[in-house]
Amino acid sequence: MKTNTMSYKCKQFLMFAGITTVVFAAVVIVPFIYGLYLTFTSWDGVSKTKPFVGIANYITTFQDSAFWAAMGRTFFYAIFAVILVNVVAFILAYLVTRGVKGQNFFRAGFFVPNLIGGIVLGYVWKFVFNRAFVAIGNALSVGFLSTSWLATTGGAMLCLIIVAVWQYAGYMMLIYVAGFMSVSNDVLEAAKIDGCTDFQTITKISVPLMVSSFVQCLFLTVTRCFMVYDVNLSLTNGEPFNSSVMAAMHVYNQAFTYKNYGTGQAEALVLFIVCAIIGLLQVYVGKKAEVSA
Amino acid sequence: MDNKSEKAARNKKIRHALMLILLAILLFCFVFPFILVIINVFKVKADITTNPLALIGAHGFTLENFPKAMEKMNFWRAFGNSLCITVFATVFTLLLSSMTAFVIVRNNWKATALLFALMIASMVIPFQVLMIPLVSLYGGFLGILNHRATLIFMHVGFSVSMATFMFHGAINTNVPVSLEEAATIDGCSRWQTYWKVVFPLLRPTIATVAIIDAMAFWNDYLLPSLVLAKKELYTIPIATQTFYGTFSTDIGLIMAALLLAMLPILILYLFLQRYIVEGVTAGAVK
Repeated sequence: MKTNTMSYKCKQFLMFAGITTVVFAAVVIVPFIYGLYLTFTSWDGVSKTKPFVGIANYITTFQDSAFWAAMGRTFFYAIFAVILVNVVAFILAYLVTRGVKGQNFFRAGFFVPNLIGGIVLGYVWKFVFNRAFVAIGNALSVGFLSTSWLATTGGAMLCLIIVAVWQYAGYMMLIYVAGFMSVSNDVLEAAKIDGCTDFQTITKISVPLMVSSFVQCLFLTVTRCFMVYDVNLSLTNGEPFNSSVMAAMHVYNQAFTYKNYGTGQAEALVLFIVCAIIGLLQVYVGKKAEVSA
Repeated sequence: MDNKSEKAARNKKIRHALMLILLAILLFCFVFPFILVIINVFKVKADITTNPLALIGAHGFTLENFPKAMEKMNFWRAFGNSLCITVFATVFTLLLSSMTAFVIVRNNWKATALLFALMIASMVIPFQVLMIPLVSLYGGFLGILNHRATLIFMHVGFSVSMATFMFHGAINTNVPVSLEEAATIDGCSRWQTYWKVVFPLLRPTIATVAIIDAMAFWNDYLLPSLVLAKKELYTIPIATQTFYGTFSTDIGLIMAALLLAMLPILILYLFLQRYIVEGVTAGAVK
């Protein structure tokens, strides 16, 4: 059978990748391009016509102070959440790779929050913050615990960060565990013989050899934190006084609550571009760190 | 000398004991929210409000929250919807993406290169950029929202690029070309070679992709909430969200609903814990 004719190639491609190409195009490629078109219209989601408005939506986006406030909040949230998630995850990974009894049990336990969807997690924590912490605060008469943190403007953001750390630390821990395991015992023993303390062994030997784990974890946490929606919806729903509306929620509300589809799509695109820049920057810095280590 | 090594051994023992205590405290913090739900689910509403921390409420132990919550959130229907959508979307993703990866790895054509490049590039697109056009296209133009099949179709479309990428790596490293050549000499067509030789060799990656995608589909909220607006089509996350909105004051029912929403995946985790942990790690490190 000839394998270099056009008809053979077409047949093979369609047989193995035909359906995938159609589904992928219909769900990702076409909507993406159509979305670019939508940003130049002022569609309200109901009417048949989509009036062309040029770059008006982008102008609105840049003047929309609520959107930029949401972006600022997302940055604030992402910076704190990413740092804390990774610090906690690294400590957990260190503790569960020292050969302590039952370390596999602990690994499995720390991972549990990742199994459950953001909506359910948010409601569980809402109960914890609103009732349990308040009950503890009243019982011990600790002032800052006796009112719900979710009811204060700064507190709601703090709650979101706490939940993010709790939710993602176990997952990132697994990646750091894989990193710790990949450092060969020979190197560690050599360091010990040369007189390294435990702390030095970690900072001077393990960490530089685990750069790829750090890059991996940072990438995963940053993208997740920037796109947070489920927990935001169930835990705070933007309350109190819209002080915890993050970028993804703002985009959702702009489109589906206020019916400004064009503006919503333009804002989504700005969010995407910001994320893409951060992602590229990270990959670039990560590659550099890996080479120098 | 003996004394010294004894001392070192004792130090090590003490350190391990300290670490064990620290780990136990940390683990308690991690499971504290779940414990709280479990102790409160067996209490009546008044007891939860007066003291959510007590192990047993003043009115004693009750099971009545469960049947009520199950009935009101239509638990079994939501469970069935979630299960059906997760299973079909996962199976289609596995079959389609592994086949696609095969043709991409083994043939260096323009079409395969372009498809793979597009898939890799699409992985950085956040869902928020696609949700508005998706609703507009599938709701406005085609009018096919509110079908489970539409949601399955979209789930597959979103997950197929990541899955293809993972199978691409697996075929590259784990499937020797010589094996395929042998199959061809024995008279297998490319299609037969794929199903009889290549697909069985991909088993570890199939498990990894299945675990990652099934968990993502099961827990997804935003996409299903945009596609499925009818009550009888609700998945568990949507049903939980709607239930919370309606009964937020009846805290006992809420506890039961939250526990019910978590239970299926926690039970599965008890049995498949090793595979889930391994699968998720393998998926992330790739």
